[in-house]
Amino acid sequence: MNLLEILIAVPAAGFLVTLLMPRAQEQFVKLFTLGVSLLVFALSLGLVTGYESGKTGQQFVHNVVWISNPDIHWHVGIDGLSLWLIILSTFLTPIAILISWSYIKKQVKEFFAFLLLLEFGLIGVFAAWDLFLFYTFWEVVLVPMYFLIGIWGHDRRIYAAVKFFLYTMVGSVLMLAAIIYVYTLAGTFDYATILELFRSGRIALNHTQETLLFLAFFLAFAIKVPLFPLHTWLPDAHVEAPTAGSLMLASVMLKMGTYGLVRFCLPMFPIAARENAGWINVLAIIGIIYGALVAMVQPNMKKLVAYSSVSHLGFVVLGIFSFTQMGLDGAVYQMLNHGISTGALFVLVGFLYERRHSLAIKDFGGVATAAPWLAITFLITTLASIGLPMLNNFVGEFLILQGAAQAKFAWTAFAAVGVILSACYMLWMYQRVFFGPLSDDVKHHMPELNMREWACIVPLIVMMVWMGMRTQTFLPAVSETTAQILERTSPAAMVVPAAGSPAVAVALPSVEIAKGGDQNAR
Amino acid sequence: MRTLWIIPALPFVGFLINGIFGRKLSKALVSLIAVLSVVLSFAMVMKVFLEAGNLATSPVHEHYFTWIKSGGFSIGWDYAVDKLTMIMLMVVTGIGSLIHIYATGYMEHEEGYYRFFAYLNLFMFFMLNLVLAGNYLLLFVGWEGVGLCSYLLIGFYFVKDSATTAGNKAFIVNRVGDFGFSLAMFLIAITFGSLDFTKVMPAAAGKPTATLTTIALLLIVGACGKSAQFPLYVWLPDAMEGPTPVSALIHAATMVTAGVYMCTRSAPIFIHAPVAMDTIAMIGLFTAVFAATIGLTQYDIKKVFAYSTVSQLGYMFLGVGVGAFSAGVWHLMTHAFFKALLFLGAGSVIHACHGEQDMRHMGGLKKYAPWTCLVLACASLAIAGFPFTSGFFSKDAILGAAYAHAPWMYWVGVVTAGMTAFYVWRAFWMTFWGDYKGHGHPHESSWVMLGPLVVLAVLSIAGGFLFNVPEILSGMFPIKEAAENGGPGEAVLTGISVAFGLAGVGLSYLMYVVNKDIPEKITSALGGIYTLVYNKYFVDEAYDAAIVRPLIQGSESALWKIVDAGVIDGVVNGAGTQSQGLGSMLRLLQSGNIRSYATWVVIGAVVVIVAIGVGGVK
Amino acid sequence: MPPIPNGVPMSFYLGLSAILFVIGVAGFIFRRNIITVFMCIELMLNAVNLSFVTFANHHKQVAGHIFTFFVMVVAAAEAAVGLAIILTVFKNRTTLNIDEVDSLKN
Repeated sequence: MNLLEILIAVPAAGFLVTLLMPRAQEQFVKLFTLGVSLLVFALSLGLVTGYESGKTGQQFVHNVVWISNPDIHWHVGIDGLSLWLIILSTFLTPIAILISWSYIKKQVKEFFAFLLLLEFGLIGVFAAWDLFLFYTFWEVVLVPMYFLIGIWGHDRRIYAAVKFFLYTMVGSVLMLAAIIYVYTLAGTFDYATILELFRSGRIALNHTQETLLFLAFFLAFAIKVPLFPLHTWLPDAHVEAPTAGSLMLASVMLKMGTYGLVRFCLPMFPIAARENAGWINVLAIIGIIYGALVAMVQPNMKKLVAYSSVSHLGFVVLGIFSFTQMGLDGAVYQMLNHGISTGALFVLVGFLYERRHSLAIKDFGGVATAAPWLAITFLITTLASIGLPMLNNFVGEFLILQGAAQAKFAWTAFAAVGVILSACYMLWMYQRVFFGPLSDDVKHHMPELNMREWACIVPLIVMMVWMGMRTQTFLPAVSETTAQILERTSPAAMVVPAAGSPAVAVALPSVEIAKGGDQNAR
Repeated sequence: MRTLWIIPALPFVGFLINGIFGRKLSKALVSLIAVLSVVLSFAMVMKVFLEAGNLATSPVHEHYFTWIKSGGFSIGWDYAVDKLTMIMLMVVTGIGSLIHIYATGYMEHEEGYYRFFAYLNLFMFFMLNLVLAGNYLLLFVGWEGVGLCSYLLIGFYFVKDSATTAGNKAFIVNRVGDFGFSLAMFLIAITFGSLDFTKVMPAAAGKPTATLTTIALLLIVGACGKSAQFPLYVWLPDAMEGPTPVSALIHAATMVTAGVYMCTRSAPIFIHAPVAMDTIAMIGLFTAVFAATIGLTQYDIKKVFAYSTVSQLGYMFLGVGVGAFSAGVWHLMTHAFFKALLFLGAGSVIHACHGEQDMRHMGGLKKYAPWTCLVLACASLAIAGFPFTSGFFSKDAILGAAYAHAPWMYWVGVVTAGMTAFYVWRAFWMTFWGDYKGHGHPHESSWVMLGPLVVLAVLSIAGGFLFNVPEILSGMFPIKEAAENGGPGEAVLTGISVAFGLAGVGLSYLMYVVNKDIPEKITSALGGIYTLVYNKYFVDEAYDAAIVRPLIQGSESALWKIVDAGVIDGVVNGAGTQSQGLGSMLRLLQSGNIRSYATWVVIGAVVVIVAIGVGGVK
Repeated sequence: MPPIPNGVPMSFYLGLSAILFVIGVAGFIFRRNIITVFMCIELMLNAVNLSFVTFANHHKQVAGHIFTFFVMVVAAAEAAVGLAIILTVFKNRTTLNIDEVDSLKN
């Protein structure tokens, strides 16, 4: 059992133990789950220190046969792509537990247990290297989130939970069908083996097969991302979910979609991915602008942030399907950035909700007078979210847009409009909530941040600055992995040239960039 | 030893201390920290200047760490100093120091004292970062950062809706400019493979003109946003909602000139893109005239100076556009002196009149505030281009170059100079001459405020011949002579522009001191035109009607309510409803009646038997 | 078709079995009285028994007979339990109309 497996096992064990605890011991349950999540986070740092850069392929691998017929493996491992997403999950879970400390009033034990189950599923998703195992974890994640929304949500929680579940399920089922089809071709569910079979050309998909399989996987991931026009479950789910649910949903669960695109869609079906990049990027750009415009007119803070996620995730998809090193690096980096900054936004909106018991923007105003530190932390988060340099999102957006510009300049020109609009909707919301005269209603309900809230928000803000300034902590590992994936999808590496030219939408004028690099490293 | 980083780091430390602990510190300590950090930074600039040796031949370049690296593309956190940067550094830290000192007096009774100085220090940090940047991306860091500080400081009185709205407007309009700038950056990176100035500039000559023109035009969009040029100037007049030292530092002397600096920095690209050069000259010239006409009619003293700033920035862009980069920078510097002084003086006036900003409620202040009157007279002389004041030299350099480029540009510029002299002196007469028409007793400001004013007054008068920027920068930019292509000599051109300036001053004296009925008559004679100009050509209203409202209403009613809730969710929920409908039909089969089940079994059996009978068994 | 020893063709037996089965089915579906329905079920079982015996004889295999015995045993057990239930129902409801005994539904 290596460190990675311990990481998967501890939250699961914590979940079971929590379930066995007496219902009345609420305080103890909270402390216990917090302890477990902190332990997991501490252990996960071992992944960072133990991760050897410069090595190709996965690390912390454990590969044993789980079920021999059909050939299903317990195959876990990480690479630069999953490493930081796992850290993101373990980093945010303690925060999710802390923000729920006083927020959750009913069925306390189950709530915190579900958070651990969620963490278990998330780590599993990012660590799985077997398609069946991946699908299992993918579905495991659904369960706690369904209950988090359905039990502890707001008024329309059942509608939102069912919508969330069904939407995701539609995609998942198609993906399952595709996974089984791949199994019938490869005779195994083990992803590493499948990838090798595909790469070496021992399994040659014809054009129709590849396109259909790609689309099946893509649809499942696109719903999760969510890509326009498959996004309408997201605002409902966010508005109804409790703060911790929104946090985990926005910060980590959406990344399962983009992670899946990079991990599975690109390496398994490179030709189809390239062929379809054109319309996918158009959808991504529509999502960027559309999400921003709709966010601008939302009267509800959480809904606004939810639509802003649609916009931000559009950037990630654009980066992925730009098929450039910078675009992919930026996309992966932006996944992490979005997790931190949008997560922090949800945390802060949660603080406001706990004080005022409302999410409507019009119920606030003048908060900056009553709670200046709350206003300042919110401001920093807002600035991170709109991509101010020296904070995290800027780096991701820059790399994505630069990568997209290399592929097709028009994409960048349209996508960059989203950067303007993001300033509009975030600053307008900030103005209406924090500035202006302080009404009595707000005044009496707006205490300053307490210690527990500080403990939630400070780590997030530290990460915003760190990721904005010292990108070299994170990017090298990411770059190595994305470079491998990119190499796999490069036209030259394609084993089966499709009939006719594979209409590669991305002609790369990137010669200069590649050339200029070596001189650049001073 | 690498020392450049200390220059921006000092204000940043000041920002951190004041920002985090400021609320618990005394006002004296807060101002000490704030002022000291900037003054030390100025001292540091001087030290670098003295130790650097010949900046023209060996610019200082320091690399600290790799900021972003992806594949073969990497961007370092690099600071670089050449002569252009040095001039900017001195202007920014020098005037910044003076304004910080002034602000300790001006803001004395304000709430949020520490907050103000924290923001101001943060601004210094970003501005210095902008100026010191060794590559476009780092310049962009400063560029966005100063925009942020501008937003924070405009909205400093955040309880006032008009202030926060103005802050938002500034940030968002600037973002439109940044959109252009960032696209230009992406294009530069693709074309040159790097964003470092040291790599981009030497290579510019060899690149296709079309690409360079696109880059330059996009850069101009960015510059128009930050430096308040038409059509993106609308935020600057509103930005006067901020405290007056902010208007002086950010919206007159430093930040708004960033666009000029950036274009000058990118001169090698611009030089090879003549179309872009013409565009920027036109924009500059048009803005200069356009804003000057608005300035003629305003009554709010800060608004007058705001439109004046827009107009003067237009001058600088005219200089850049006609190829006289160094003249543009020269005007940038002298403008920083006299416009900072105008604003600070206006602040002193406003202070004297207990917060009144409408000039119709002032007057006669020369009795009560003699020092303010004196220094403002210096600034007004300088901006009017009175011979041998600072404005005279720089404006003349630009107009001369404009004549060499196209004589009509010179003539438009000269007329604008006349208008400039008129409205600045109009403000001067209305404020200081006549009788006091306000409330309470006006009073002179304290020496904390007057001290910096006097220094700036000296610079406004003498700054022109003390610092001959074109000569300093002659290694980077060749000096453009007016008489290059024949025509009248330098002296004639200068004489004409001075004459126009003096005429403007004289006319304003006639209209606002000698015979005060004239403005009334002119106003009524002009009628509609006056209303149009007085209301700033209704540009804000036009933007609101053409862009803002359609965007918001379209998003709300079309995108959100129809596309999102109607179409997409309609399809999703429709699928749900259809499944439920199908389900409720199928449900009828499950009657719970065993005999009906049996009937189905029989029917099924019959079907199977018939099927076998027809198709046969395989 | 090989003749069956006493000269009656196999199709006669199967035809009879089919007719009995259909009568049982029809009775099961259309009659309301529980006892009638019950008897119809028995009728179907016996129709099937007849088929079993016929085929067992035809194939000269014992399996069909064994099935028949099983069916008879089950039918006997069923008759015992079923009649007991019917009696109890009648005691409680004073009716044997099958449509009125629906307390499990709703």
